[in-house]
Amino acid sequence: MAERNHARRFGAIWIVSTLIATPLVVVLLGPILPPGNGSEQASGHVTDNTVLMAMATPVLLLVVIYLIYSIIYFRQPQGAALEGPAVRGNARLQTTWIVITSALVLSLAVYGTVRLEEDGAGAGGGPSPLVVPSGPKLPVQVIAQQWAFTYRYPTYGGIETPHLVLPVNQMVELNITSLDVIHSFWAYQLGVKADANPNVDNIVYVKPTHLQTFEIRCAELCGIWHGAMFDHGHVVSASAFATWIQQEQSTFAAAHKVLPPYSKTYIPEPTRRGG
Amino acid sequence: MSTTTEAQTPETPSRPLWRRLIGFNLLSAVLLGVGGYYLGWFIGHQISGKSFEFQAKTDENDVALLLAYFFGVVGFLIGLGFANYPVSRLLGRPASLREKEDHGIGRYFGLCTDHKVVGIQYLVGIGVFFFVGGLNAMLIRTELLHPTPTAFGPNQYLSLVGMHGTMMMGMMTSGIMGPFANYFVPIMIGARRMAFPRLEALTFWLLMAAGFILVSTIFFGGFPTGWTGYEPLNDQAVMGMDSYICFFALVGLSMALLGLNMIATIVTMRAPGLTFSRLPIFVWSVLATAVLMVLAAPTLIAVLLMASLDRTINTSFFVVGGGGSPYLFENLFWFFGHPEVYVLALPGFGIVLELLPVFTRKPLWGYRLAVSGMLGVTLLSFFVWQHHLFVSGINADLRPFYMLSTEIISIPTGFIFLCVMGTLWKARSTFTVPMLFCMAWVFNFLIGGLSGVFLSDTPSDTDTHGSFFVMAHFHYTIMGGLIFTFFAAIYYWVPKMTGLRFNERLAKAHFWLMFVAFNSTFMPLFVLGMKGMPRRVSQYAPNLQGLNIWVSISAFVLGFSMLIFLYNTVYSLIFVRLRAESNPWRSKSLEWQVPTPVPVHNFEQIPVFDSDPYEYGTPLPVAGAEPAPAGA
Repeated sequence: MAERNHARRFGAIWIVSTLIATPLVVVLLGPILPPGNGSEQASGHVTDNTVLMAMATPVLLLVVIYLIYSIIYFRQPQGAALEGPAVRGNARLQTTWIVITSALVLSLAVYGTVRLEEDGAGAGGGPSPLVVPSGPKLPVQVIAQQWAFTYRYPTYGGIETPHLVLPVNQMVELNITSLDVIHSFWAYQLGVKADANPNVDNIVYVKPTHLQTFEIRCAELCGIWHGAMFDHGHVVSASAFATWIQQEQSTFAAAHKVLPPYSKTYIPEPTRRGG
Repeated sequence: MSTTTEAQTPETPSRPLWRRLIGFNLLSAVLLGVGGYYLGWFIGHQISGKSFEFQAKTDENDVALLLAYFFGVVGFLIGLGFANYPVSRLLGRPASLREKEDHGIGRYFGLCTDHKVVGIQYLVGIGVFFFVGGLNAMLIRTELLHPTPTAFGPNQYLSLVGMHGTMMMGMMTSGIMGPFANYFVPIMIGARRMAFPRLEALTFWLLMAAGFILVSTIFFGGFPTGWTGYEPLNDQAVMGMDSYICFFALVGLSMALLGLNMIATIVTMRAPGLTFSRLPIFVWSVLATAVLMVLAAPTLIAVLLMASLDRTINTSFFVVGGGGSPYLFENLFWFFGHPEVYVLALPGFGIVLELLPVFTRKPLWGYRLAVSGMLGVTLLSFFVWQHHLFVSGINADLRPFYMLSTEIISIPTGFIFLCVMGTLWKARSTFTVPMLFCMAWVFNFLIGGLSGVFLSDTPSDTDTHGSFFVMAHFHYTIMGGLIFTFFAAIYYWVPKMTGLRFNERLAKAHFWLMFVAFNSTFMPLFVLGMKGMPRRVSQYAPNLQGLNIWVSISAFVLGFSMLIFLYNTVYSLIFVRLRAESNPWRSKSLEWQVPTPVPVHNFEQIPVFDSDPYEYGTPLPVAGAEPAPAGA
């Protein structure tokens, strides 16, 4: 078979399988991709993950089908010692490849940047995020320490509780910080992940979209009980939230008196090792 | 006394056994190493004003342990004879540039400046630590059979995780650079030795000392930080952390020196006619890797020095309360850490591109593209490190830049894939064991690269960062990229290095079991990561247990495939000892043209090059005149 036929046949197989597989990936895999629709940010991630999957599928198929094709057709016949054609390159193909991969990669970077700067994408945005959503925000401070998360609500007198409860459809500003080592606050269903660093106020904006219970895990190795640093948070209605926060205020009233005043960060005592 | 005289062989002139044991050899090295260790231990106790104890107590005395390691390593190196040359020169005595380049088996157990001996020393030494690291992985997977800590305590478990990661990232950095670059680069470029033979031997023995130091961490409580050693957990950890610091600093030193040596050798010692455009592609990959090693490793040494000062004399580079910042550690560590992963990947590119022409009977397709791909990866890998810190809150406004630079790095990586595919086009491929490992590389690295796209995109990375998804990704790139090509290189070149051949059937069994088990182990980890399982935990959601059991069993099968390799090695190379043909792969590369075993000085006459080593294939036919191949 002449070279052109190989190229044409391989091209046809690749294009047909791409046309079949890519929509299948989007339709079948898209809805089950993480992290679900717990918040606006989480739904955004599902879209991003689906787009990336859809872009990766043709590339995956190109190389894998090529590999299989070449294994089947470009073999040394049994017992022979034939040489292949002495082709050392193809300037046009190389240029095309460079142009196409560059275009793909640049569009990925632009897409990622746009999606990131739309709403912060639930990723830790540092002490002064570039994009701050307009409208009222409920500030909640997440304090990580070995090996638990606690939460302070500065607009409710700086009350500190071991439970995270958020009102639904309300933009929340999470101020994540640590008292000792580096932790990472991961609210899986909300699509939130942000490192908790000592002396840093790492800000994330998230807007939960429906009532739910979500998982909270530490995602940065923080010592021996890192694996046990998990919990559940709740998204409740606005009225249920108001009742809950009042209960918490009375439950932790005594503890509140000995708490340090609310602050963006708390400088931990230096750990001195002494030799 | 009389018995020793009788036992003497004619070759060794009258020296009794006890006299032969005294001198600069491995025995003195171990004795001086242990002596140095206790000297440092003693001095450390004097400095810190604590009473001297032979037995270490966890979290007792970091100064003493670090000094003990330091003096131990110095004693070890002096015992091996590394001080002889500089001391002789200082005293004005004649000194030999090259040492122990005879033919005895003894030269493998001490300081030897023959690059071929060092290559084999590296292969065996690194192989041992590779198996230790692999055993750690088996224990980790044993623990993860159950969603709560059962087999190990949390501290033991984290120590295993840390040792596995650090061992693999540290020792296997030189997995191809150590054995194969040291052995074959001088031969491939027509040189009789490396530029700095003494330095070459030093890099190996530093690595061995480092390996034992890392293993010794189990006596000092282990370390809880994983291979990244993040502050302030690092500062908080017990004495086992000092083993990590010392290990990685020594590995960094070994890497930097190895890189320096490779650059000097490749740039200055090429034979006449071997221009840069004729250099074997493997040598190009070694050159690119060496540049990365020289530029990245010093940052590692510096950051570990800072960490050790924080731990010992209470500086506060990383202590928040003292004005330091853990961000500094993250930044410096990943400034080393990201080039480091390309140090692991690039030699793999070189191996694949070097072996494909031999087994496809075609010239390397797109030589210049491949070279620019490697150099592009080398350059860009210094501009991407903060993609490890997308959610850390550090320089959040710069994330679009790191997203862009990280995604751009897939362009030069794509060059390598195009060159592989171009070389396979209309090839006459023979699927020998090395070729199978190269083909597996194409698949593994493709999966690794495509999953990397998810991690380079900040919104997507928010889901996957710190989860098993990352773990699966870098096992696909490092194990799938480096270890598969490491085995390709072993099956391809060990017949040259030893003159013996492997059992083909066992080798194929090893390949297929390893390839299937590898994918069956790491593919489900993508799913586990996406379902929310973080890395480095011994406790996970009970609904993930089924998949974890699947992964663990696959991992055990993967471990078993390594045993097949081990059995094949022992069986074929020690017991059966079938002689390999002089050029079993019909390669046109220079290393297959020299006699086996390779003479001490490699070449009688320095060769002269008039082409690159890829003169395979029949010249291009006139259009349409080519006969149809069978099977079409």
